[in-house]
Amino acid sequence: MLVIRRWIQIIATVLSNAYWMFPFTRGIYQGSLKAVCVPGLNCYSCPAATGACPLGSLQNFMATLRPGLRTGHYHFGLYIVGMLGLVGTLVGRMPCAWLCPFGFLQELVHKIPSRKFEIPRFLTYIKYVLLGLFIFVFPFLIVDDFGYGMTWFCKFVCPAGTLEAAIPMMLLKAELRELIGLLFYSKLTILAVFLVWMVLSRRPFCRVACPLGAIYSLFNRYSVFRMTHDPDKCTRCEACYRDCPMGVKFYEDPNNYDCIRCLKCLQESCRFGAISYEIAGVPAPEPAKERAKAGAHAG
Amino acid sequence: MAVGKRKFPFLLLILFALILVLGINLGEVPSVLEKAARICLSCIGIG
Repeated sequence: MLVIRRWIQIIATVLSNAYWMFPFTRGIYQGSLKAVCVPGLNCYSCPAATGACPLGSLQNFMATLRPGLRTGHYHFGLYIVGMLGLVGTLVGRMPCAWLCPFGFLQELVHKIPSRKFEIPRFLTYIKYVLLGLFIFVFPFLIVDDFGYGMTWFCKFVCPAGTLEAAIPMMLLKAELRELIGLLFYSKLTILAVFLVWMVLSRRPFCRVACPLGAIYSLFNRYSVFRMTHDPDKCTRCEACYRDCPMGVKFYEDPNNYDCIRCLKCLQESCRFGAISYEIAGVPAPEPAKERAKAGAHAG
Repeated sequence: MAVGKRKFPFLLLILFALILVLGINLGEVPSVLEKAARICLSCIGIG
């Protein structure tokens, strides 16, 4: 299963960044695919990006909430809310584990050998503060002389944007280097902090600071796809917790807001068949349980 | 098993599908394209 997930992560990363003409055009892709949001965090100012970032799009709607010039309608970002809501209702936070390029990067960087540290639980609530303030409140309420807000999260926080867009664009366009200022260095520092943190801890950006993960997490308890736990089979050996990329104690809360449904606990950790899933209330097919049982007997 | 008890996700699916269609009908897709197809330098920390 881990191999399958790795391949899906690779394919999703490549498809999200499939415009490989950028070294020749020295610009970003501007085709019609950019109207479609990718399900993971992937900066749309990345030279190779083929889709739109849902967070960037959402902030833009908040920052420019006004009647459309052509239609006279207000644009609330319903297109983005609907898309995120559909994905979240179907699978909850699963895109973080399977489709997000920045999540993939964090898993790869974490493989660098070092002493590892757990992330204090209270820090995991910061992402909800960032979601509320930097995605909705600040872009909407704090406006310039023309009545437009800013994309606060993109501008002041997002390390994915720094890595995927700011640094490559400066390499592509020498004239941009003259525009570097305090803002760029502050974002570079945030990126560096997260890169080091990725080595030391499991998925720190997902757990602490990702507003997209925060949105999906709200659906974990109500999604069509849900994890299930059998307390009669569970020995609380904590194998699932030790292997979990998000540091979730599955036996305490199977649909915890931080669970990204990577299924590692189901496929690799639990030897007692205590972990399974259901789709629309229908339990997982038997092979998943049988495999878990076989593992239990072997162990 | 508990399909009957799990109606809420399907109500949510219908709700968000309606929101998505409403957003498309309000012309938000070109608006996303317009923003995503341009480089906003200040948005990525340059300038």
